Formats: sequence, C-alpha cells, structure tokens
Amino acid sequence: MSSEHLDRQLLEELEEVMEGEFATLIDTFIRDSAERIAALQKALASRDAEAVRRAAHSFKGSCRNLGAIRLADLCQGMEHQSAQGQLNGQENTLVDIQQEFSQVKLLLQALV
Amino acid sequence: MASLTILVADDTPTDRLILERIVRAEGHRVVCAGDGVEAVTLFEREQPDLVLLDVLMPEQDGFDAARQIKAIAGERLVPIIFLTSLTDTESLVRCLEAGGDDFLSKPYNRVVIQAKIRAFNRMRHMHATMLSQRDEIAHHNEHLLQEQAVAKQVFDNIAHSGCLGASNIRYFLSSLAAFNGDVLVAGMRPNGNMMVLLGDFTGHGLPAAIGGIPLASTFYGMVYKGFSMTDILREINAKLNTILPVGIFCCATMVDISFRKQRIKVWNGGLPESFIFRRSTQQIEAVQSIHLPLGVLKSKAFKDDCLVYELASDDRFYMWSDGIHEARNSDGEMYGEERLRDVFRANDDPEQLFNSILGNVQSFVGEEEKHDDLSLVEIRMEPPQLPTETAGAPVRTLQTPSRTGEWAMSFEVQSRSFRSFDPLPLVLNVLAEVPGLRSHSNTLYGILAELYSNALEHGVLKLDSTLKNTAEGFADYYEQRDQRLDDVDEGFIRIHVCHTGQGEGGKLRIRVEDSGSGFDAQPPRQVPNVRAYHGRGLALVERMCDAVHYLGKGNQVEAVYTWNHDDD
Repeated sequence: MSSEHLDRQLLEELEEVMEGEFATLIDTFIRDSAERIAALQKALASRDAEAVRRAAHSFKGSCRNLGAIRLADLCQGMEHQSAQGQLNGQENTLVDIQQEFSQVKLLLQALV
Repeated sequence: MASLTILVADDTPTDRLILERIVRAEGHRVVCAGDGVEAVTLFEREQPDLVLLDVLMPEQDGFDAARQIKAIAGERLVPIIFLTSLTDTESLVRCLEAGGDDFLSKPYNRVVIQAKIRAFNRMRHMHATMLSQRDEIAHHNEHLLQEQAVAKQVFDNIAHSGCLGASNIRYFLSSLAAFNGDVLVAGMRPNGNMMVLLGDFTGHGLPAAIGGIPLASTFYGMVYKGFSMTDILREINAKLNTILPVGIFCCATMVDISFRKQRIKVWNGGLPESFIFRRSTQQIEAVQSIHLPLGVLKSKAFKDDCLVYELASDDRFYMWSDGIHEARNSDGEMYGEERLRDVFRANDDPEQLFNSILGNVQSFVGEEEKHDDLSLVEIRMEPPQLPTETAGAPVRTLQTPSRTGEWAMSFEVQSRSFRSFDPLPLVLNVLAEVPGLRSHSNTLYGILAELYSNALEHGVLKLDSTLKNTAEGFADYYEQRDQRLDDVDEGFIRIHVCHTGQGEGGKLRIRVEDSGSGFDAQPPRQVPNVRAYHGRGLALVERMCDAVHYLGKGNQVEAVYTWNHDDD
C-alpha cells in the first residue's frame, strides 16, 4: 500500500493538460467519487458481489487517472475480493475508502 | 495531421474530461458519450474517424457497442481503442474479438494517446487508399470484361459464320477460346468440299484474339468463292505476316475434305500432329507438322505443300491445339501424346472417341480444373448434313462447280497515262479473283507484261528493237523510250480479257491492241519480222501459252491460255 495519497508528478502533468479546466476536473472528481462511494455502499448492503466488483473497478480507474494512488489501491483490493465472491470484511475496506477519500478531497482542493 | 472527429465513450466524467482535453490539444474534434447506447447513436450521427471506448459502461458495455460500431462502419476502417484497466488475458481477447484494434490503460498518458491516434490515422489512410485502389481495379476489370464481351461477340460473328454445326464435325472449344488464341473455322466450298482450319495464336488475351479476326474473315471470304487451300493459306499467312507483330503467329492445321473423292488434304504448321483414325484397321496415322506457323514467313518463303490421304467412309480426322498435350495434373505432370494414343488403343467404339478423349483429359487434370485452353476437333468422312439455319451464315447452295464463268473485260490506257500508270496489277487482280487462277498469277503476269511492253514500246512509242542489239544501242533505246514517254500525246493500248469455263478449268484469251501501225507491210506469219516488231520476249510468251495469234494489221496480239483447276 502506497504511503503517499497522491501522485504529485501525475497531477502536475494533468494540470498542464487541462489548462484552465483543472479546477473543473477536480470538482467533477470529488462529486463523482461521492456518488461512486454511495454506489459501493449500496452494492455491499445488497450483498451483490458482482455489482461490488464492477463499482470498485470503475472507481479504481478514475482514481488512477487523478493520481489518487492509495484510493485506487483500496478499490483494487475490494475488486479482487469481490471477484472471488468474498464480501466478508469488505465493510472495513469501505470505511478505509471513505476515510482516504476525505483526505484526498482536502489535498486536491488545496491544489486548486 | 488533418483534424479528425474522435468519439470518446466513457461513463466516468473525469476520464472523459481528461481524454477530451488530450485529444483536443492535438487539434481534433471530440464527441463524448456517457454509455454504450449513446456511443452507438453518436457514432451513427457524427461518423467519427476513431473511437475511444470504455469497456465497462452502464446500459450497454463496450463490447456490444464495438460490435455495433464495426457493423455500421462496414468496410470503412474506424479504429476502436478500448479504454480499460482490465489486464487479464481473457478480457483483452474479448476486446479484440469485439472488433477492438488496441488498448489504453489508466492512468492516461498523453504522449501514448497522441502517438496511438497518429498511428491509427496512418492506418486509416492506407486502408482508404487500398479501398479506392481496389474499387479502381474492380472498375477496370469490369470494363475489361465488357470489352472482352464485345470483342468476343464480334469475333464469334465472324468466326462462327461457317458450318461448324455440320453433322460430321464435333468440336470442343472453351467459351473464352478466342482469348486463349484458339480459333476454329469451317466452311463449304462451292464444289462440295469442306474446309476446316484450327488455329492457335501465340500469347493470351486480346493480342492473341485479335489475329483471329483477319484469319476468319479471309478464310470465309475465300472458301465460299472456291479458292484452293494453298491460295487461302498463302493469303492468311501474308495477312498475318503483315499485321501481327514479330513473335505473334498462328500455329494451324487446315484440311480440305473431298467427300466425293474420299480424300483429305492436310497442311499442318506448328500444331501437334493430327490423327487419322481408320475404321477398318482401328489404327491411327499421325499427320505431323512440316511447316512453320502462319504469319512467320514472308510470302516468298511460305511453303504450301499439303499431305494427301485417301480415307474411307466414316474414317475420322482429329486435330487439337497443344492444350490437350500440355494439360497438367495436380503433380504438374503433362498429359502428353502417349496418353492420347492410349485412348485410341483402348477404344472399341469410334463414336465414343471424341468423348473418351475429353473425359480422359478431364479425369487426368482433376475435376476442379477448368479446360480453358483446350481445343479438340473431330471430322468424319461422311457428307455433312448442314444446319438449316446458322446465325449469320451466308446463304450458299451446294452444287457442282460453278466455275463455268463466262466473262470478258476491256481496258484502255490512254496516251497521257502511259508514263505514270501501270495497268498490269489491276488486270492481274481481277484474274486472281477467279478461283483456281490465282496460282497461275506468275505466268499470267509474265504474259501480260511482255505483251503490254511490246505494245507500248514498239506500237505506241515506235521504238526499234534492233537498237538493243549493241550495248550502246541498248542505252540509246531506253533514253529514247524515256523521251518519247514524256512527249507522247496520242495513242492507246487496249487490253481485252475473255474467259470461258472449260471442264475443271478454263480458257483465257488475252488480247493486247495498240494504236501503232502494226507490221502490215510484212506478212504476219514471217517470224523474223514479227520478232523485229514485237521484241524477243515473245518467244517466252509463245512457250507459256497454248497459242499466240497476230490480228488486224499486226497491232493486235492474242494469247490463249488454257488452265486446269489442279486442286481437288
């Protein structure tokens, strides 16, 4: 598990790529992530392993793109577990994801 | 790079935002879709050049969308790059099977994305070029086939105007034989003989077909008029020699079949040996090629001697192009002459021979192979039943020789024409149109030339032939001749030709009359004076003719030439 929350180099490049729209990107990420965490929670509550796997996979992708490496790794862990049909103990991972997201959110908002 | 329209389909808004930015930075137009259904709808509406497609999307996933997009694109190459963080082999294979061309994994790397877009754009261009070249080739090919169809029709109209449908002929020719250079013509002569010619031009395609047209038109033009085989072969040879480029010629076998005399004349130049199959002995006799193909030699060097065979009723004659001999089986082995001979040996019903040969060759090369290059003809020695209506065939009635041509012509050359006009080719041309007389052309020319120059030099120009007795006189003679030709402003020479048919040949009277004073001072029978007037060449004319008479006051000479049709 990565000790860093964010890939700083990637974010610098991203800022360059996005030009004036970097803030929009961060903003979109934060809103979209909140929705995705809610979706994860819902899938977990309904004990639907495949839905959990898909939601985790998808969230992992957007985290990677934003350089939220630790968050991406947590999603990947959840994806792998649910791919094997393993849902027990995932509630703890979801709590980790929520906490990590709160950190990332603050760190990202500080960049804008 | 020209600006492209690129479809980005991804359900994650941040991913869309990043991709859109990267792609737009390269100067392309971006259209975005949030799920698979929207992606397909946008693809139809915007006709993008390239698609970046997320695998996992709500409504419809990337695999289904990719399949639909490829179906809509048809033969247009629209590269699909899958956006995925899937890494397992199975998922990647599914992407490719759905029509994906490449992958991009997250996090997105600007440099990699831009490089991929460029690479796929190059591929797109190559594909478009290939499609347009393919279409162009298809168009040219269609055009070529149309031209061939027209050419074939023209060719068939000419080549098939004869009696190929006669009851005693069986033949096999590929439908595209003309373009393999094979040509088969058959016609009836006025005397009831049948003539058949099988030719095989060197080369393939249009160049090979084109020589068939003059060959066929010459053949038919002459057969119906009753010209002999040697006349026809000479004429075709001369035509082909003149019009075909060096290296293109026609291997041919020609036969002249007299059903009355049960005799067949064969000329073979360059085709494989033909077979005569004798019913009584069940044996074959080979007729080898002893000549060069048609179109190779100049007329002077052309050899027209034929081989003559006596046949009995229902004997058969077979000729073929080298397509049979050179037919190959799947091992590349050639059919060859021995196998052909074996078919004849094994046969016990001559009626089946034709089909046996074809069947045997067919089973040798294998069923799938096409017989594009195979021509086979069988002719039976049996007076033919002719098809009542052959499309385009000239109406001919078969009857005993129509050679009893009675005709006469007169021709006058006037003074101002003496210098520039030579009437001999014209007269000779007319004579050569009489079937049977053409082979006498050389002799007739000799006679005409002598009589005409005597009439001109002694009769009209009044030159004294004794001048030519000495060398100086000889030069003087021609100097005077030249001078007087310039000065002459009166006088004429008349050539009368009168022909009567006689048995298998005819009698030709050639009378040449000049405006001179003749030799009426001397009795015409006094040979020395006749010589003095007419020149020494007259002795030659007397030898060539049956009789030479002097008429009027000696200014008319008549040569009588009897000829026989030596061709049957």
